[in-house]
Amino acid sequence: MTFSGADLLAILPELIIITAACLVLVFDPITPFPRKDLLAWLCLAALALCIGFTGGQINILNVRVTAFSDLIVIDAYARFWKLLLYVVSGLTILMSMPYLKAERLNLGEYYGFILLALSGMMVMVSAADLLTIYLGTELMSLSLYVMAGLKRSEPRSLEASAKYFVLGAFSSGILLYGISLLFGVAGSTKLADIAAAVGTRGLGDPILVMATILLAVGFGFKLAVVPFHMWTPDVYQGAPTCVTAFMAVASKAASFAAFLRVFVEGLGGLKANWSMLFMLLCVLTLVLGNVVAIIQTNIKRMLAYSSIAHAGYALVGVVATGRGVGGSGSTTGLASVMLYLTLYAFMTLGAFTVVSMLRKGGLEGEEIDDFTGLAKRQPLAAFLMLVFMVSLAGIPPTAGFIGKFYVFMAAVEADMTWLAVVALVFAAVSAYYYMRVVMVMYMRDPEVSTVESPHLVTSPALSIVLACAVAGVIVFGIYPNPLVSLATQSVLSLK
Amino acid sequence: MQSAGFPWLSTLIVLPLAGAVALVFVKGSLVRWVALGITIANLMVALPLWWLFDPGSGQMQFVEHVSWITSPPIHYSLGLDGISLPLVLMTAGLLPLCVLTSWQAVTTRIRSFMITLLIMEAAMLGVFMALDFLLFYVFWEAMLIPMYLLIGVWGGPNRLYAAIKFFLYTLTGSILLLVAILVLFFYGGHTFDILALTQVSYPTSLQMWLFMAMFAAFAVKVPMFPFHTWLPDAHVEAPTAGSVLLASVLLKMGTYGFIRFSLPMLPDASRAFTPMMITLSIVAIIYGAYMALAQVDLKKLIAYSSVSHMGFVTLGLFVSNLQGIEGAVLQMVNHGITTGALFLCVGVIYERTHSRLIADNVGLTKPMPQYATFLVIFALSSLGLPGTNSFVGEFLVLAGTFLWSKGATALASLGVILAATYLLWMVQRIAFGVPSPHHLPELKDLNQRELATLLPLAVLVFLIGFFPNPLVSRMQTSVTKTIDLMSRTRVAPSTQPSAEHGPAAPVMTVHQPLTQEDAR
Repeated sequence: MTFSGADLLAILPELIIITAACLVLVFDPITPFPRKDLLAWLCLAALALCIGFTGGQINILNVRVTAFSDLIVIDAYARFWKLLLYVVSGLTILMSMPYLKAERLNLGEYYGFILLALSGMMVMVSAADLLTIYLGTELMSLSLYVMAGLKRSEPRSLEASAKYFVLGAFSSGILLYGISLLFGVAGSTKLADIAAAVGTRGLGDPILVMATILLAVGFGFKLAVVPFHMWTPDVYQGAPTCVTAFMAVASKAASFAAFLRVFVEGLGGLKANWSMLFMLLCVLTLVLGNVVAIIQTNIKRMLAYSSIAHAGYALVGVVATGRGVGGSGSTTGLASVMLYLTLYAFMTLGAFTVVSMLRKGGLEGEEIDDFTGLAKRQPLAAFLMLVFMVSLAGIPPTAGFIGKFYVFMAAVEADMTWLAVVALVFAAVSAYYYMRVVMVMYMRDPEVSTVESPHLVTSPALSIVLACAVAGVIVFGIYPNPLVSLATQSVLSLK
Repeated sequence: MQSAGFPWLSTLIVLPLAGAVALVFVKGSLVRWVALGITIANLMVALPLWWLFDPGSGQMQFVEHVSWITSPPIHYSLGLDGISLPLVLMTAGLLPLCVLTSWQAVTTRIRSFMITLLIMEAAMLGVFMALDFLLFYVFWEAMLIPMYLLIGVWGGPNRLYAAIKFFLYTLTGSILLLVAILVLFFYGGHTFDILALTQVSYPTSLQMWLFMAMFAAFAVKVPMFPFHTWLPDAHVEAPTAGSVLLASVLLKMGTYGFIRFSLPMLPDASRAFTPMMITLSIVAIIYGAYMALAQVDLKKLIAYSSVSHMGFVTLGLFVSNLQGIEGAVLQMVNHGITTGALFLCVGVIYERTHSRLIADNVGLTKPMPQYATFLVIFALSSLGLPGTNSFVGEFLVLAGTFLWSKGATALASLGVILAATYLLWMVQRIAFGVPSPHHLPELKDLNQRELATLLPLAVLVFLIGFFPNPLVSRMQTSVTKTIDLMSRTRVAPSTQPSAEHGPAAPVMTVHQPLTQEDAR
């Protein structure tokens, strides 16, 4: 295998990110403690560079570049996800700066890990080979294991890290097993070769069925769909809030991106099989995620279950993709999933940012009750949280509604009206726990007896994050056209 | 169809929204005045529509049509016909009264309260004016959050329970509506245009499912008999302005949904479900009246009377003849005026005695003669005394029902008698008798602000009661058109599609500009 300059140019964004990550790690020891923010700004500069680079290619959406003997493909689909990941990572870094300071966790390597995880995700979204995807997944996961355990003094954070690591490693093993079976069938790990082999083998082949199931299980862990969600609440609750936000948004988006590419490009011939499987997972995820979220009292745990549930809604689009008749059905299904995850990113980041701002006596205020009476003390923040909760519940005119609308539309188009009904019923269930946050903020009066009432710590960086998130939620809720057409065009490049 | 010209309808929606934004920056002491100014300005925009409206035309008027989302084709498309015009005017007219009645009643977070009211106004008007099904749904749902906050933040002691109950009930109902909209999109020629969807003939079995899905949304909102339990809670706990909006406008959205969507789009299913709908309506009429008889809380009494009166509206809609539907539409407006006024009356007395119990508010004629007069007027209007507005509506509904079934008419008339019983009994207890001495110092008669809230409604009660014709003539053409649409498949289901309603050319005739644009 030989490299050429063109190959390296193709992965220039990845190279920029990895270089920046290395620079952060090099500069970290010589940066004095109060000035660790400089490292964050270095990361943001690298991200800006990448946004410029990938964003500049958005006009030539349909150009498909392959590199490293077809191991990497940069098409519109990959560019879409990369842009989303840059934005999410940038916002996460911005929200981390004040949070890490407040938690006295101002470690330089944190920013390095974010970039390393990001580079893993970038590999995942533009890999056209199962092993390359696996490498990306591992790079992402290893960075996240460390980040989850960042609060070294707190047992819960360590527990989160250990749990995440053990289950993550286990799921990677299963994924690898599936990949090896496919290699046995196709003699190659490239998605194109696998697609060809699937074409000749046909639907009923037991090894293919086995491999499909193993891959679904492996990805199911990363996507946190029921019944592979067990790690999610504990990890989301234990990890530092900014890391939780990063996991809930970026890692989920990247996993969905890789997952869709594998199942559509590689295993597209097995549609009929895997759409049945995902239908089951989808319903389970919707039911369990939404119902269990109701009884949570910790807001991070509640958001963890809510993120499980949202993976369920995105799966509705995946099922519609699999069941879609002809070309148009699967296109709208895929586009709806991409749209959903993009819009979900804004509202979830926003919600986690508000959570990370809430301080109670030097600690994080994580209980839903800590939000009591927030509307009186900090009306603006309470209003923003209201917008995010309403959007998560999927009520117009917010982005959450647009996301759900397109997913359900794909389901109805694929003749899966009953699935749309089930998903919508559980959307109504979800409104209950989202509205409970609104209720404690607006309708309960704070008890005066508490020693120190929870309050929000604001900073310019957080304001930027919140402004971006709320702008995304409202602008895309009212005018989603650009995003819709971008997603629809990007999907076309997926073969 | 007249389009172009001044965008009346968009102004109606944008003005309150802009006002809501402006209120954020207004000085605290001016908030009430600015809010009042905005709502009155909006009414001033709405009023000319009454005269500009062409009663002879069955078309949508004042149409505005702009592309909103390109794929799938969703339009920002507004318009008024004879059915929605009175409701829009009623909504715009009630808002200034809501601001006035909250002048002193709302003491906390007055700025947020007024902002919420204005957002509500925009969403409610949007519901009645939307000509795109998805746009309708967006307005329909967008109203939930402000109403939830209105009940939950400014409501009574048990407000949390009432607010979440209201929210979940209506949300659960309306999500099925979204599915129905999506299914209609794919069956009705890939459009969300309400008029185009109305022209398509759907398979009967599909109509059944769609009807049930829409029923879930609309019946909860009306509320029809088994789905009414959220209403008394929400009414009792909501602040006065919230109760007024809830009773006068929100309930009408359910019946408006039936007449705008269920009847013309799903005529076969509507016919098939007619016995059920009429049974539920009559049960609601009698059950609501009986429950009202038993109430000791004024707001609860009026809430149950709403259940009963809305039963008349659904009854009129589903007997589906000209008198019935006309009466129902008229009754939608009348109920909005009369019940809104009754809730305003309760608000007035609650501000004085801080109790909504009938027992605490007896003998008001002596200390508050003007108040007692208004209360009697609105109570008589509510029970349908000839000469008041409700008489005309209820009479038309009963006349329409008589054509459908004499037995049903007899049962429904029972509701009128019961209404007289519970309302007169309430008046007797409140107006007459001896007031409790410790309330007496607080029982001052109406001040000018309260007079200003009640007087316009009292005028309307008699105006519509004696001269219903201007209102009826404006709705007649639209109602006739709805009935025509309903009867289209009864004649010849598939063999002989008439030129106007043929399924082969679903959009060509009625809605010309839309068709051209969609065809491109």
